[in-house]
Amino acid sequence: MIGSDAIVKCLEKEGVTTLFGYPGVAICPFFNSILNTKIESILVRSEQNAAHAASGYARVTGKPGVCVATSGPGATNLITGIATAYADSIPLICITGQVDSKLLGSDVFQEADITGAAESFVKYSYLIKDVADIPRIMKEAFHIATTGRKGPVLIDVPIDVQNSTITGFKYPDSVNMRTYKPTVKGHAVQIKKVRTELAKAKRPLICAGGGVILSCAQKELRDFSHTYSIPVVSTMMGISAMTNDDPLYFGMIGNNGKSYANRAMKECDLLIVIGARIADRAVSSPDLVTKDTVLIHIDVDPAEIGKNVGPTIPIVGDIRSIFNDLAKESAECDFHAWLKTLQGYKKAEKPRKAPRRKYVDPAKFITVLSEALDKNAVYVADVGQNQMWSCGYYIAKGGRFLTSGGMGTMGYSIPAAIGAKKADMKRDVVAVCGDGSFQMSMCELATMVQNDIPIKIIVFNNGYLGLVREYQHNTYKANYSMVNLGTCPDLSKIAEAYDLLYWRLDNNTDMEKEVKSFLAQKKAGIMECMLDPMDTVK
Amino acid sequence: MKRLYSILVENRSGVLSKVSGLFARRCFNIDSLAVGETDDPDVSCITIVSSGEKSTLEQIEKQLNKKIDVIKIKTFSEDESISRELMLVKVKYTKANRREIMEICEILDAKIVDMSKNLMMIQICDTPDKTALLLRMLNGVAIIEVARCGTLALQKCSLSD
Repeated sequence: MIGSDAIVKCLEKEGVTTLFGYPGVAICPFFNSILNTKIESILVRSEQNAAHAASGYARVTGKPGVCVATSGPGATNLITGIATAYADSIPLICITGQVDSKLLGSDVFQEADITGAAESFVKYSYLIKDVADIPRIMKEAFHIATTGRKGPVLIDVPIDVQNSTITGFKYPDSVNMRTYKPTVKGHAVQIKKVRTELAKAKRPLICAGGGVILSCAQKELRDFSHTYSIPVVSTMMGISAMTNDDPLYFGMIGNNGKSYANRAMKECDLLIVIGARIADRAVSSPDLVTKDTVLIHIDVDPAEIGKNVGPTIPIVGDIRSIFNDLAKESAECDFHAWLKTLQGYKKAEKPRKAPRRKYVDPAKFITVLSEALDKNAVYVADVGQNQMWSCGYYIAKGGRFLTSGGMGTMGYSIPAAIGAKKADMKRDVVAVCGDGSFQMSMCELATMVQNDIPIKIIVFNNGYLGLVREYQHNTYKANYSMVNLGTCPDLSKIAEAYDLLYWRLDNNTDMEKEVKSFLAQKKAGIMECMLDPMDTVK
Repeated sequence: MKRLYSILVENRSGVLSKVSGLFARRCFNIDSLAVGETDDPDVSCITIVSSGEKSTLEQIEKQLNKKIDVIKIKTFSEDESISRELMLVKVKYTKANRREIMEICEILDAKIVDMSKNLMMIQICDTPDKTALLLRMLNGVAIIEVARCGTLALQKCSLSD
């Protein structure tokens, strides 16, 4: 057995069935060893998309996604994908080939210091120098990626280590790390304080972030909010933690969120932030939050607490475990007056200004699309205006909403949708992108077709990088720079070239019928929606 | 506000760069830094002096704790610790100022450890403000070179220890 066989064996032991990658000489021993296993390796068309696909896969399965690339440019191409996963706390195992360990540091062909370059985007990284360390390192890597605040772990393996003989391979049953012991259970005294504060509060509010979904605590969140009738708002990463038909759900906060959600944030007297960072796009002036509000901040990462806003009551631990502890005792409270106020705000929300009638209204389209989707479908939004509209008008019915929230990486939706579909072939998966983000990962259409991964792609075509155009409109008095995408490519021809179905929607006529018939197709396809180039998010 | 961090880390290659990289990335100050092995060859001690607002100093500790190679962090104020710096100063002397330099050294408990016809090397091992004071006192003398290590510090022994 050689090193690369050992790595593959470790992946098998961890239950990995699918990985995404791109070869090169430095990782060839690994891709040779993978032939002797049942692990399916999917060849993407660019390494960055291997990481995004692994991210989509991880978010649907709840298991770490695995991506593999070669040394040098292969490894550096992964970085954006790794950084995207890091910003959203998605567990990834990233394996890169490296030049011969004896040549490290001499700038030989395709050598890149990837552990150094990726340092600030990984939870941890390894450069394996001794083949005997492989089982321990692989075990640790999976443990680190999936526990505490989840995140990507990078393993860099020189080609000579992959080719070295390993004797007495044994995959460890447990890890032995003196420095890494994430807190799971929330502090009992702090949890008790939550009940005390609830009993005192008149206008409590829960702000649910991506952490709720990462710790699979959606049901616990819903149960908790219903036990006390506490209204819930969410961050972008927290969308789909609550369903839209839930009377206690009041939408997404932030500068692109619902005004009634932001109003609830301003007016509440007890704010329970769960698994959210209170980042700049969600709360523009975090210091205002605690002025007249009792803030309870629940997060698995102690460094998030107090980073952007000082909490009154911090609770560190796994969200699901904390919800379970919270449910053990109850508090007496009645918030119906507050709920009524919020419902009033929600009713008073003015609808978005509809675009000119000869174009598709993206807000209406997203509502129609999410109504037509299966209950447990996966909706992947890209980045740009399409993402803002998706966040505003997607209707959560119990499925998943995926997007690159922290990093805002354009081109995320198609590869992530490929990963999501691969994770569960039975689920409907749609990628919603703009004509800008579509072209960033258009190359993956081939991956999709070649590997029979039938996802549905919606392209909002407005001929512009819309969100930047909108920003330039407001900030630079409509002096547009670098945002005009023109009219090419012809997507019907692209669809034909890749043997994909092609649907085109010019305006709102027959929208429901068209969407339903598009979704009903078994084959992968592109639906192009022609948008008003001057349409705006707000 | 100044704060000292005594950080025990795994003695592996790349760990110093991970710790110092964290300071650079998050815009935390490093006023001084010193690294060395401890009595356990698997463990190194990094001593960092930083300054900033209370919330920043708290973040430094939390972010350091997230680093998987960090074993333990002790943090203390200057009052709570004994800190030392080692400094070597090479100066050019003349007949006229030789006596004065020797007096400064004597008063500040510094040692002359090397000399030639025109140059002498002074060594001082003292608190950071004393080493700074020596440099100030030597201001009128032609300083040729200065080598100075980062602050080393340990928490003061308490009566209960």
